[in-house]
Amino acid sequence: MSTSSHNLAAPGTPGRVCGTTGLGVCLDAQRFIKLNAVCGIVFLLLGGIAALLLALTRWQTVHLLPVDWFYRILTFHGINMLILWILFFEVAILYFACTTPLNARLFSRKIAWASFLMMLVGAVMVDYIILAGQADVMMTSYLPLLAHPLFYLGIILVAVGTLTGVFNFFATLYVAKRDHAYEGSMPIVTFGATAAAIIAVVTLLHGAVVMIPTFTYSMGWTAQPDPAWYRLIWWGLGHQSQQVNVCAMVSVWYLLSHIVVGARPINEAVCRTAFVLYILFINLASAHHLLVDPGVGATWKIWNTSYAMYLAVLASMVHGFTVPAGVEIAMREKGYTSGIFGWVTALPWKNPAFSATALSLVIFGFLGGITGVTLGTQQINIIAHNTLRIPGHFHVTVVGGTTLAFMGLAYYVVPLIFQRDFIFRGVARVQPWLFGIGITLLSFGMSFAGSMGVSRRSWDIDAQGVYGPGAHLWLGVLGIGGVLAFIGLLVFALLCVGTLFFGAKIEQRAMFDWGTPPALAGSKSGSLANDHYATKGTIILALVFLACFAVYYFANWKALADVWPVR
Amino acid sequence: MSLRPLTTPWFHGPAGHEKIWLGCAILWCFVMSLMMPYWHFRGKQNSTGEAYTVKPADFFARTEKFVAANQVGTYKNQTGNALMGELPLCEPPAGGDAYLIGRMWQWYPALRLRQGETYRLHLSSLDLQHGFSLQPLNMNFQVLPGYDHVLTITPTSKGEFTIVCNEFCGAGHHAMSGKIFVE
Repeated sequence: MSTSSHNLAAPGTPGRVCGTTGLGVCLDAQRFIKLNAVCGIVFLLLGGIAALLLALTRWQTVHLLPVDWFYRILTFHGINMLILWILFFEVAILYFACTTPLNARLFSRKIAWASFLMMLVGAVMVDYIILAGQADVMMTSYLPLLAHPLFYLGIILVAVGTLTGVFNFFATLYVAKRDHAYEGSMPIVTFGATAAAIIAVVTLLHGAVVMIPTFTYSMGWTAQPDPAWYRLIWWGLGHQSQQVNVCAMVSVWYLLSHIVVGARPINEAVCRTAFVLYILFINLASAHHLLVDPGVGATWKIWNTSYAMYLAVLASMVHGFTVPAGVEIAMREKGYTSGIFGWVTALPWKNPAFSATALSLVIFGFLGGITGVTLGTQQINIIAHNTLRIPGHFHVTVVGGTTLAFMGLAYYVVPLIFQRDFIFRGVARVQPWLFGIGITLLSFGMSFAGSMGVSRRSWDIDAQGVYGPGAHLWLGVLGIGGVLAFIGLLVFALLCVGTLFFGAKIEQRAMFDWGTPPALAGSKSGSLANDHYATKGTIILALVFLACFAVYYFANWKALADVWPVR
Repeated sequence: MSLRPLTTPWFHGPAGHEKIWLGCAILWCFVMSLMMPYWHFRGKQNSTGEAYTVKPADFFARTEKFVAANQVGTYKNQTGNALMGELPLCEPPAGGDAYLIGRMWQWYPALRLRQGETYRLHLSSLDLQHGFSLQPLNMNFQVLPGYDHVLTITPTSKGEFTIVCNEFCGAGHHAMSGKIFVE
């Protein structure tokens, strides 16, 4: 395989051999990875600037924006962060996952262009119409709120463009398999990306079902769709798209822990089954947003909110164990065997890709996962729905989890794909910590203010006259966390863009080594492959996680029991 | 290896620590799944989603009838920058129906309830979606135009409670409020 790897299966396909990994890189895929990743980071920066303005407004003492611009920027922030940044970067990840690991070439350059241009035109359309003040409807655009038709058309274009890119991904997988570009089973990274792509298709179809009649209504061609129907289908888009992120993020965890530490899944069968659980059960999560809605009954709510018995949550708990377990095995095999946690202290914490992965896993699991399952419990939702507890939850899943993992990935993608070494590498080593701590503080501020009843998507809390100094204090924490996270994000964007222009060119040599733990004397790769009790540190950490989960979960039932009886 | 295709057999069941963790995780999922039906039968706070379709104009008419029959006074808002100035104050019969309209930007009318009594509280909107958020208790329910959302609710604490709107409904959203007094 080593001699033919740069051939990428089809003779004559433009490719190169990576000077760092020795793997073949399809130049078509490389071009579209670059285009999509750069656009993603631009939208991330735009959304980040909006985030700073929002944090400084909800920080009641600062209260920066006027009321109309607050809701306008909030709509802009949601669209740019949750849709544009994530979708562009995910298409980049898909193009990578279906080519280099499989030694395959990208199926079609034309389709990739069509996908990219549709997404870009749609994105510019949406951003323009929001900033023009024609779509102050929040990301969710709940009917009967109505935006300018271009708002819906832009979203439809982005969705169709993404679907086109996903089609290119599946076609590449098919051709690679048909032409025997690779032997055996696809690697876990590609498997996870495939799961993400399947969920993306289901998600984007929901988007089409809900956005097309809303667009025709906004044009005056059809009657207004029912608001409750809109909520149900919209969340098939809104929540499920975040599960695409979860899938992509978990794939990135496997990828980066492998690249940095040499980790491999301790049990491929279990990991892959967990991805299949995501595909099968995650679409039920749409119900999480309708738990206190009229017209949907308790049985429906209970069945759907538990993802049919929490099987998708189970999948996350499997990955949350398997990734650190793989790291622990790899470290122990390298000779870091002292005590239960000796391998943890020896990890390359100064490698920004590693620290981003580790922080992403901890923030996503301990904060995002625990709060998400608890808030999504049918009855507990009564004391959480539409309060700041909700953004307090999803900022530690999609930002502290997914965005941070994607940032970590960029510390390898930029040198390997753009072939330039990072500038200001000392700053890069601090960046994931700054961003992670900032977003954690922001989430704590939101969650505690939300527990005191402060609602999300509200410009001002003083007009109600019911919120005391506690709520104001936590909104201050939110503001400070938001500023820190913004600085982390700005540093990341400047480092990436600066590297594209000023980074030292790599060409055929290996990229700068961010730092990997060296194998100690007497280490032996694969020596623990059959020792199923070698992950002592990970099992203890996992049980600590479960204890935290149980305490938070039952504390919320207690809080619920204290409010008025209602049915 | 995570980045290259697998060429050796990889299908084998979980073992050791992984098996222990899987067992714990499945057990925990089972506990969480059972908590919700358990609370539905034994707990006192549930969202059953009881609702009926209703035209906004009809809901408005029902509410006006309710106000005419049950008004006991007028509530004057003292909060400086609130948009709502004055509301009729209504006291529904114990065990009876109460109507509450959400509209841009007030909850209409103000209600006076008795501690320990149970009421059927009808919630609907005349324009956009609104969020019924009872503070400082922090109980939250969604209110949609076209749906009469019925909460069977029993106030167990006395005092003055503010209804905040927590679903975005335009420029006055932050100041949209209403009142429930419990005696």
